[in-house]
Amino acid sequence: MSGTLLFWSLSIAQVLLALAMLAAVYRMIKGPRAQDRVLSLDALYINAMLLMVVFGIRSGTTLYFEVALIIAVLGFASSVALAKFLMRGEVIE
Amino acid sequence: MNAAAELPEWAAVLVALLVLLGAFLTLTGCLGLSRLNSFYFRIHAPTLGTSFGTLLILLGSVLYFSLTQQRLAVHEALIFIFVTVTTPVTLMLLARAALYRDRAENTGRVPPSLDEDVADTEPPDRRPDERG
Repeated sequence: MSGTLLFWSLSIAQVLLALAMLAAVYRMIKGPRAQDRVLSLDALYINAMLLMVVFGIRSGTTLYFEVALIIAVLGFASSVALAKFLMRGEVIE
Repeated sequence: MNAAAELPEWAAVLVALLVLLGAFLTLTGCLGLSRLNSFYFRIHAPTLGTSFGTLLILLGSVLYFSLTQQRLAVHEALIFIFVTVTTPVTLMLLARAALYRDRAENTGRVPPSLDEDVADTEPPDRRPDERG
């Protein structure tokens, strides 16, 4: 019973997160300016991280937790670098 | 899904609710990101996913792994702390960059400046606080 419930609810959660990623990709393609694209990239990596966490619950191993942590760290670094680039025209000065 | 079968039912219902609600909040935030009109509206929308969406999904994960592994699994708190600390930093940098770009090009609608005397006719190079 609880296995079936978890299977279906985690599947639906994965579908919802994938739809959220699609919405972010739509804004990334359409977004009129560069800052919209950076913002949607930020939302996209957060969604990918959450998808990894849900996948980890589903598979029952804590391995995917580390994947999610690495995605969070690298996504933060890339978003800050892109925002700095939009502000100043160079990343490291 | 081997360990999920021996999970008690209340825990399964709770994990399912937490994860579903978190995913729904994240989807709401990203729909706002794709549908709102201006960049300065859009920058608020995905924070729904980075605050409560992340919190609820990670709470579900903590509950699941604490019950299936018979010990308290709190390392998801690491992700939550990191995301909570870094999201405002990223978005404030991005908002200031967008404001700088919009004011420099002098096109479109920009939120008014805090100084009333330079509200709309501010020349592009008068921003000493953003230099440095």
